[in-house]
Amino acid sequence: MKRIAHTEVLPGSVGEGLQQRGVTRREFLKFCTAMTAMLALPPAMASVMAEAIAKARRQSVIWLSFQECTGCTESITRSHSPTLENLIFDLISLDYHHTLQAASGEAAEQVRALAMQDNAGKYLLIVDGSIPLGNPGYSTIAGISNYDMLVETAKGAAAIVAMGTCATYGGIPKADPNPTGAVSVSDIIKDKPIINVPGCPPIPVVMTGVLVHFLTFGSIPELDDLGRPKSFYGETIHDRCYRRPFYDQGKFAQTFDDEAARMGWCLFKLGCKGPVTYNACATTKWNDGTSFPIQSGHGCIGCSEPNFWDAGPLYKALSMPVSATASMLGAAAAVGAAAGVAITWHNRATKTTAKAAHEKVTPQELLREEK
Amino acid sequence: MNHLDLLTIARGSALNWALIIFAAGVALRLFEIFGLGRKVDLAQPRTDSPGSGWRTMFTRSLPPQGLLKREPVTYIGGYVFHLGLFATILFFAPHIEFFRAVFGLGWPSLPSALVDAAAVAAIAALLVLLAHRLTNPVKRMLSGCGDYLAWAVTLLPLLTGYLAYHHLLFEYTLMLSLHLFSVELLLVLLPFTKLFHTFSVFISRWYNGDIFGKKGVAS
Repeated sequence: MKRIAHTEVLPGSVGEGLQQRGVTRREFLKFCTAMTAMLALPPAMASVMAEAIAKARRQSVIWLSFQECTGCTESITRSHSPTLENLIFDLISLDYHHTLQAASGEAAEQVRALAMQDNAGKYLLIVDGSIPLGNPGYSTIAGISNYDMLVETAKGAAAIVAMGTCATYGGIPKADPNPTGAVSVSDIIKDKPIINVPGCPPIPVVMTGVLVHFLTFGSIPELDDLGRPKSFYGETIHDRCYRRPFYDQGKFAQTFDDEAARMGWCLFKLGCKGPVTYNACATTKWNDGTSFPIQSGHGCIGCSEPNFWDAGPLYKALSMPVSATASMLGAAAAVGAAAGVAITWHNRATKTTAKAAHEKVTPQELLREEK
Repeated sequence: MNHLDLLTIARGSALNWALIIFAAGVALRLFEIFGLGRKVDLAQPRTDSPGSGWRTMFTRSLPPQGLLKREPVTYIGGYVFHLGLFATILFFAPHIEFFRAVFGLGWPSLPSALVDAAAVAAIAALLVLLAHRLTNPVKRMLSGCGDYLAWAVTLLPLLTGYLAYHHLLFEYTLMLSLHLFSVELLLVLLPFTKLFHTFSVFISRWYNGDIFGKKGVAS
């Protein structure tokens, strides 16, 4: 494996930044090995990745936040300890981010304009939050509507990362009745590569993985038909869940925190949406691999799926009807019964008419006909 | 429209309409059948056989002697299919959750692997029975479009359920939606095809037993 010699460190590169922060080569290679595994790349790619990232100039990133709750930014930035993921994130050149930047108002907008100008065609655009189309005034930044800002900033971007379910699919703002006319980034931008990183919030390591891939190969990772990186969204939560064997055995928790739930039995009956949710929670987990919702006793709510908010009640099992009830069936049966009575009445009337019209034939009459 | 949206429709409005048509259809057919009535039997019963109809409902569910030799495919295929179907519908945990949600009644489930085996057996039996229906001259002559339609709409839920459970053919969410749609098709057609025997079979068995009892062939 090729060594990353300290002499190779270029000024202004990610490698230099890592060196200044006291990250050893061993730690950095460990990180790259983990990343290659997560991105489903061949193991030999770890050293290639390490070299590429170390040499990479600090990637210019513009982060736009629209109709969002800042949960996505929280997810990325608020780890419990300063991890390498955080450092990589720090070492990109985050030129514009409403929440994290010190500048505000006109000054902030000037920074954005400058970053767009200096890195035209090369910067990475990260968007979190949905874009309201109902009325531009629903969400503005420095008097600029979300739509205008997105279209303007997307023009010079090398690629766009839609962070979180709101940016990828519209998310909660788009939930019925969608009062702001919220749409996703891909509903507006059609001519740029868009990487969807859904989740409410998305897993930090997925974000890092996408960045690392971009730094290493200068391209975006392989995506599925919903624009998600396949390496992270290739399998359902259910298929990788540690409670899965209990599903197969037909062992289910009946209530939250019953004995069965604590023994790790499946949460399907409590409304877990793991079987139809594609994400990496069950493998990468959260908070430095500590746990994930199902491990802490709550079913998956399917937050990384399009329109999950409108996909039926969160606490109803997937096989349960969204809204059908016994009284609805009863009413339908009553209508059917009434129709049956009407048909019976009609049939009886037909019978009675036929009986009344019936003429008795005597043997003599039959004989006469034969002749 | 993405797959989850499709599933939401399959679990929501599509299911509601299918259930409404099913419930109304079943009630309508039952009222229609009972409403037709029978002519008053003026003949003196040959034997006094009270309960003959009720007994026949049970005895006709058991195989008559000699049938295994005479019709082994129908005999074994029929039982395997029906028992496999019942086990799959009634003892798969997600299905029980469906019944619990609608009727408020639940019962213990079987391990998924066992239900899976039951579904495979039911599918295999359906295929064998179709082959037999096509090759046996008598069965073939007796079969019409309605029979093949009933066969197809019964197979589809089993097949799509199997494919969904094993993550085959299509992505799971899509396959699960197709499974629900196939069940909905079955629900809509059941009251108006030969599949209505689900409800009428014991009624006709009672009637047969009763009429034969009166004619002197007590069960």
